[in-house]
Amino acid sequence: MTGDHQPLALLLFSAFVVITLAITTWVSRHRQGSAEEFYAGGRLFTPMENGFAISGDYMSAASFLGISGLIALVGYDGMLYSVGFLVAWLVVLFLVAELVRNCGRFTLADVVASRMRERPVRIAAGTSSVTVSVLYLVAQMVGAGSLVALLLGGTSEAARAWTVIGVGALMVIYVSLGGMRATTWIQIVKAVLLLGGTVALTVGVLLRFHGDINRLLTTAAERSGHGEAFLAPGLSYGGDWTARFDFISLGLALVLGTAGLPHILSRFYTVPTARAARRSVIWAIGLIGGFYLMTIVLGFGAAAIVGSDTVRTSHASGNTAVPLLALDLGGGAGSTGGTVLFAVVAAVAFATILAVVAGITLASSASVAHDLYATLRRPGGKQRSEVAVARAAAVGIGAVAIALGLLARELNVAFLVGLAFAVAASANLPVLLYSLFWRRFTTRGAVWAVYGGLVPSVLLVLLSPVVSGSPESLFPGADFQLFPLQNPGLVSIPLGFLAGWLGTVTSDEEPDAARHAETEVRSLTGAGAV
Amino acid sequence: MQSSNGRPGVQSRDAEYEDPWYDALAAGWGESAEQPAPVPAAREAGAAAAGPADVYLQVQRSEAFQEVRSRYRRFVVPGVIAFLVWYVAYVVTATTAPELMARQVTGAVNVAMLAGLGQFLTTFLLTWAYARHARLRRDRAALELRWDTQELSRSRGGAA
Repeated sequence: MTGDHQPLALLLFSAFVVITLAITTWVSRHRQGSAEEFYAGGRLFTPMENGFAISGDYMSAASFLGISGLIALVGYDGMLYSVGFLVAWLVVLFLVAELVRNCGRFTLADVVASRMRERPVRIAAGTSSVTVSVLYLVAQMVGAGSLVALLLGGTSEAARAWTVIGVGALMVIYVSLGGMRATTWIQIVKAVLLLGGTVALTVGVLLRFHGDINRLLTTAAERSGHGEAFLAPGLSYGGDWTARFDFISLGLALVLGTAGLPHILSRFYTVPTARAARRSVIWAIGLIGGFYLMTIVLGFGAAAIVGSDTVRTSHASGNTAVPLLALDLGGGAGSTGGTVLFAVVAAVAFATILAVVAGITLASSASVAHDLYATLRRPGGKQRSEVAVARAAAVGIGAVAIALGLLARELNVAFLVGLAFAVAASANLPVLLYSLFWRRFTTRGAVWAVYGGLVPSVLLVLLSPVVSGSPESLFPGADFQLFPLQNPGLVSIPLGFLAGWLGTVTSDEEPDAARHAETEVRSLTGAGAV
Repeated sequence: MQSSNGRPGVQSRDAEYEDPWYDALAAGWGESAEQPAPVPAAREAGAAAAGPADVYLQVQRSEAFQEVRSRYRRFVVPGVIAFLVWYVAYVVTATTAPELMARQVTGAVNVAMLAGLGQFLTTFLLTWAYARHARLRRDRAALELRWDTQELSRSRGGAA
C-alpha cells in the first residue's frame, strides 16, 4: 500500500490543517474570553450548523473505516453497529436534547447540580465525564496512529508515535485558542468533507453495479467466501453464548451511551433555544442516518469489488476496506483516478479524527474547569478565570491523551469506543434521566448513580478478557480474568440505575419540592434558560 | 404570534423578531392549515403564592403546565418504550435466532436485511413524528409558559 498516493494525501491533509488553523486564528481574533464564548461559542449557531457539527462530532474514523471494514469481513454482523449508532439518537431527541438545553449552562453536572447539593454532585458528574472523554480520546488517538501506518505506509513505530503527538498538539491548539467556535467550524468542515467523500464512493459502487442492489449483495456474498451466511447475522457474534451476550451488551451500550457522551451534550448549548436544539438533532439524525446507510453500501461494495480476502490480507480487522475500495473505483492501483480517490479517503479520515478529538478535548476541559476546579479550589486560593483554567486543562488533557495513546497503541480501536459508550451509559445516563424525570431523586441518589455505574464498568473491564487471560489481551501473560464479556454494559448499565434508586430510597434527605418544580418547569418551558 | 389573548404585559413579545433568542414558531411543510392546540394560561392559577422561590411551584401546579407536561409524556413514554423494545428485540433475535433472520424474502434480500433497514426507517419516522408533535402540540404553550414564568419571577422582584 505504498506508492504515489502518499504525496497527494499529505498535501490534502496539510491543506485541511492549514484551513482549520486559519479558522482558529480568525475566530480567536475577536474572542471575548468569556465562558459563554469559550464553552458554547456564544450560543448563536443555527440548527443547521449545529446539526452538521453534531454529525462531525459523532461520525468518527471508527465508523467510516471500522464499520465498513467490519461489513466487508463479516457481512451482516457489521451492520448491527450502524443500526445501534443511529437508534441511539432517538434517546437523545426524545429525552435529553431539549430538556438539557433548557436546564443547563455548559456541562452535564449543571443539569444535575441545579436540584441537588452542588459540591458532591459536581465532583461525581465531573469525574465521570472526564473519564468517558479520556477513554474516547485515547480510542481516537490510537486510531490516528494506526491510520498513518495503514494509509501512508509509514509502518515504523516512530511514525505512529509522531502522528499521535502531532494530532494531540493540533487538537490542543484548536481548543485552547479557538474554544467552541473554532471547534464547531472545524467539525462542520469535516462533516461536509466526510459526507462528500462517502457520497462519491457510494455513487461509484452503485454505478459499478448499475444500481442493482440485488446483484451487489449476491456478488458480495460470493466473493466473501461465506455464501448466503454473509448476508445474515452470526458470522462474528454467533457461536458460543459468551459472544452472543457480548453483542447484546455492546448493543445496549451503543444505544444508551450516546445520550451520556459529554461532547455530544455540550453541543446543545451552542444554539439559542431548546427548539433550536431539537432542530439540530433532527438535522443530525438525517445526516448520520444517511451516512450509516452509505457505510453499509460501502462495506458490501468492498466485499463485492475488492473481495473479503484481499481486505483481510491488507488489515486483519478490515480498516483498509474503504481506501482499497476507493483505489479500485478510481481505476485501480497506478491509475490517476485511483491515486486521487485513495488520497482523498486518507485525508478525510485524518480530518475526521482531528475534528472528533477537538470536540472531546473541549468537553473534558469544560468538565475540569467548570465542574472540578470550580468546586475543589481552596476558598482562600488565588482566583483565576474559569476560561484560563479551561485552556490550561485542554493542554493537560492533551498531554494525558498523548501519553495514554502511546501506551495503548496495540489496543483495538472499536473496543475502546465501545468501552467509552458503556461507561457513558452506566455513569452519566442514569443520573441525567433521574434528575430530569424523578421527583424524589436526592443528592445521595445522584452520587450513587454516578459512582454505581462508573466503578463497576471500569472494574469489569479490568477483570475482562480484554485486559488479561487471553492471547489478544493487554497483558497476555497475566490471568486475573473473572468477567467473561468484553463489554461491561449488560451488567454495569442496570447497576447504575439500581444504585441511583437505592441511594435515593435509603437517604433520609427530603427531596426539595421547590427545586424539583424549578427543574421540571424550566426543562419543559425554557423559563430562565441562558 | 400576535398577542391574541389580550393579556397585559405582552408587548415585549411583539418586539422580538429581531432577537436571535426568539425562535419563530414556523408552520411545517403543508401543515399551515392545522391549528396548534390551545392550553389555558398559567397566570390565572394560584395568584396567592408568596415569594420568588414559589413561582416555579405555582407554575408547576398550573393547569397550563400540567397540560404541556402530560402532552410531552403521553408522546415520549410510549415512543421510548416502542423503539427500545423494537431495537432490543432486533438485537436479541439477531444473536439468538440467526436461522430466522437468514430466511430469504426476495432475491438476495433476507429478513435480517429488511429488519435492519426497518430500524433506519422507524428511526426516521419517529423523528418526524416527534418533531411534528412538539411543533403542533407543545411549542406555543411552552413559549407562553416561559414568558409567564419569567414575568411572574420579575414581578416578585426575585431572580428569574
